[in-house]
Amino acid sequence: MRTTRAGVGGRKVSGRDLRASRFRFRFYKKSPATREGGCQTLCVVEFAVVAGNKMEFSGVKRRKPWLIGDQRKASYPHSLQFYLQPPSENISLIEFENLAIDRLKLLKSVENLGVSYVKGTELYQSKLEAEIRRLKFSYRESLEDEYEPRRKDHISHFILRLAYCQSEDLRRWFIQQEMDLLRFRFSILPKDKIQSFLQDSHLHFEAISEEEKNLREQEIIASSTSLGGPKLELEYVYKIPFADALDLFRGRKVYLENGFAYVPLKDIVAIILNEFRAKLSKALALTARSLPAVQSDERLQPLLNHLSHSYIGQDYSIQGNAGKISLDQIDSLSTKSFPPCMRQLHKALRENHHLRHGGRMQYGLFLKGIGLTLEQALQFWKQEFIKGKMDPDKFDKGYSYNIRHSFGKEGKRTDYTPFSCLKIILTNPPSQGDYHGCPFRHSDPELLKQKLQSYKITPGGISQILDLVKGTHYQVACQKYFEMTHNSRDPDLDNRRLLTACPVLGMYALPTMPTVGTIFKDIVLREQCVVETAWMVYMTGRRDLESSLEDGGTEAS
Amino acid sequence: MEPFDPAELPELLKLYYRRLFPYAQYYRWLNYGGVVKNYFQHREFSFTLKDDIYIRYQSFNNQSDLEKEMQKMNPYKIDIGAVYSHRPNQHNTVKLGAFQAQEKELVFDIDMTDYDDVRRCCSSADICSKCWTLMTMAIRIIDRALKEDFGFKHRLWVYSGRRGVHCWVCDESVRKLSSAVRSGIVEYLSLVKGGQDVKKKVHLSENVHPFVRKSISIIKKYFEGYALVGQDILENKESWDKILALVPENILSQDHFYVSLQYNEKGDHFNFQKHHSSLQRWEYLKKAASQCPSNIKNEKCGPWLEWEIMLQYCFPRLDINVSKGINHLLKSPFSVHPKTGRISVPIDLQKVDQFDPFAVPTISSICHELDAIFTSEAEKEENQAESDIKHRTRDYKKTSLAPYVKVFEQFLENLDKSRKGELLKKSDLQKDF
Repeated sequence: MRTTRAGVGGRKVSGRDLRASRFRFRFYKKSPATREGGCQTLCVVEFAVVAGNKMEFSGVKRRKPWLIGDQRKASYPHSLQFYLQPPSENISLIEFENLAIDRLKLLKSVENLGVSYVKGTELYQSKLEAEIRRLKFSYRESLEDEYEPRRKDHISHFILRLAYCQSEDLRRWFIQQEMDLLRFRFSILPKDKIQSFLQDSHLHFEAISEEEKNLREQEIIASSTSLGGPKLELEYVYKIPFADALDLFRGRKVYLENGFAYVPLKDIVAIILNEFRAKLSKALALTARSLPAVQSDERLQPLLNHLSHSYIGQDYSIQGNAGKISLDQIDSLSTKSFPPCMRQLHKALRENHHLRHGGRMQYGLFLKGIGLTLEQALQFWKQEFIKGKMDPDKFDKGYSYNIRHSFGKEGKRTDYTPFSCLKIILTNPPSQGDYHGCPFRHSDPELLKQKLQSYKITPGGISQILDLVKGTHYQVACQKYFEMTHNSRDPDLDNRRLLTACPVLGMYALPTMPTVGTIFKDIVLREQCVVETAWMVYMTGRRDLESSLEDGGTEAS
Repeated sequence: MEPFDPAELPELLKLYYRRLFPYAQYYRWLNYGGVVKNYFQHREFSFTLKDDIYIRYQSFNNQSDLEKEMQKMNPYKIDIGAVYSHRPNQHNTVKLGAFQAQEKELVFDIDMTDYDDVRRCCSSADICSKCWTLMTMAIRIIDRALKEDFGFKHRLWVYSGRRGVHCWVCDESVRKLSSAVRSGIVEYLSLVKGGQDVKKKVHLSENVHPFVRKSISIIKKYFEGYALVGQDILENKESWDKILALVPENILSQDHFYVSLQYNEKGDHFNFQKHHSSLQRWEYLKKAASQCPSNIKNEKCGPWLEWEIMLQYCFPRLDINVSKGINHLLKSPFSVHPKTGRISVPIDLQKVDQFDPFAVPTISSICHELDAIFTSEAEKEENQAESDIKHRTRDYKKTSLAPYVKVFEQFLENLDKSRKGELLKKSDLQKDF
């Protein structure tokens, strides 16, 4: 392993086996001199899930040579698989992200189609097939040169496991979509290919011979509700140990004889899916236990967090928050629940009865995000500004228009969303007399330290935070602040905290309010090594958020 | 037979555990050939002592240890539990969470009390020769399914000592089954669903599963004798109203139904009475129930209703809780029932129709038998201790317990044969001679 950048960001995590024989993760970075397809840094990720005592360990430091011809076919003999073996090749971080995003898009489509159309109908099938094809994943057995799509399918599944193993809800969602996807692929598998697929997947389901079928024809027909009439000659029937067909035999939906269940093809799918679900569930639990090793690597941590944040389960939109707080709550909330940047803005507003433009934008949109209505906002700002001896008319003329504009009631009527953390960190740095920006980024460390002390953070916590700030991990520092000021070990709170390191909103979700996910661009500066990761994380049907954030809040007043 | 007096139990048990309990066979069973290390040592037993003192997590090192302890404690009742990860009697020394139940036989408990809604002769803990047929049918139906559908080979049926039967399925693979699969098996075997507030407990779909069909043919063999004659379920208005309550409203209200029954619902005068025996009424009822109603859609035409009635009155009722838990404790074979004094004896499947629960020996009767023999022989022996040892192994043989132990031994023979067969297969595969 070569690490040519000794500075921050050049990290090597090798052979860290947190749980004996469970998870081994190796990550290292090559010199930026090697360029590939436009990205400036080639980061290599290699991961292998170790099951039991079988060690899947690759000592290869170089990229594996491209497989050619038959070798490619042999490594992925089918268009679908049970994902029993993790991938063990090297891929770039860029590809890592892209694969993950593509699969996420696919699973989201699976989910959407599943609620819009009845599964299994022609419309559903054709739409799903189109979607899979569009995203260049594998689906059909008979197509030629399916190596790339199958490889993509394989690797992307394992990447998403890392993101989706982290909570019960995430696991459930992931398993559900993967099952639907498998069901679809299995449904279009040609009948004669089924046997070889089952064999290759180490499932011991044998189709019985014609004679055996004929002997038991009456019984099999009488047992299986999925068979409509005496069409047994056309069906494959599989003989499997009864314990493997639990869901079928418990309801007497299958014929049992001498410890075996005689399962027609239609019902075999249910069994296969159950097998798949059980295996995947187990694998996710295993992965979750090994996750700390992955999460501690700060390159992957944001990647994985953001992946799983794209699914929140419900469409939490800002509109949903409106009217949920009252003006008199703001003072106490500012000390108890606001992030430091907003806390400082609020304090400044109260003290000076005024905020400059940058501050008004940053704080104003934040207040909107946590639930202030337009009426409340107008009242809030006016009351405060009037205390500063401002003429009410001047407020109405000069400031109220902007407030209404930010609520989408003027001009081009864009309902602006609050600033993302990175927008705050990277753009429009505060100057003298400004109170906006990010305290961790923009405050002088000594002043920051004093501020934290005044916020009653423990000395240990303060030094941790300052270390993070020194390492330019401003958002992590902010998370740390959150931890220090919120003692609760409430897991839900933790999840919401993790949910969006980016939108300031999400991190400090008030207990009564849902969190907000959003789309953002993440640019992390690490000394001279720039890793640019472009993240497009979808909220279901919230594509307009995308555009609003592009120009969010940059409208001149 | 000697009358049983529960007050005499302490003395009787002393003798029973010293002279009559078949330790050798018992150990042979639970040791399962010693193939798996510590299988017997990790088995949980529980004892109920005098004055209802209950102690769990008993375990023993070997047969003689078992004997000594049982003779020392004189348990009123013995239960068998699971094979655990550690010796049950040391479970307190094991790290929290590490002490786990790992294997156990699949067991079933069929209790006559569960049939109180359909038997007219007895209720609660009482049984008689008339309602015992329910157990006979239950054994036949369940055993057939366990053998033919599930492929289980080693099934031991035991009389519980009072009002029911137990089944122990001892196949190696079965002992390893998970709780989920055990529940699934009970579900497969269940047809009668619903408690007191449910009138109609059996509903058949149009597709009749082979298990149901085969069970019905077994019931048919006994139905006339048991239900129509013995129980006389169509004897009078009170009893046949219960049956008619199982007929769906839309069939019941059909004119032709009444015509077939010649039953006039208006007055007290109805022609159903004309046919004096339940047998004849049943014939009419069958005919009425199977006629195709002309104007009702979606109603099955045929014997479904007839079958549903038969099943409700005769099909076995299982307690799922007994079967699904791996750590569930069940009364041991050859245990004594403290209330009736009867020994929990194995039932000979070849002679299940002839099994008579009232002919099962009680502890007092076999002790009495033993005394009678022993006193006559002991007079001849000088050394008491020597005669103890000599006689112990053959004592039960001289009592009415003997034939039941023989059934048990046959069961053990089969287990041994199976085990040898498996070992041979394994060694063949490994080419280990």
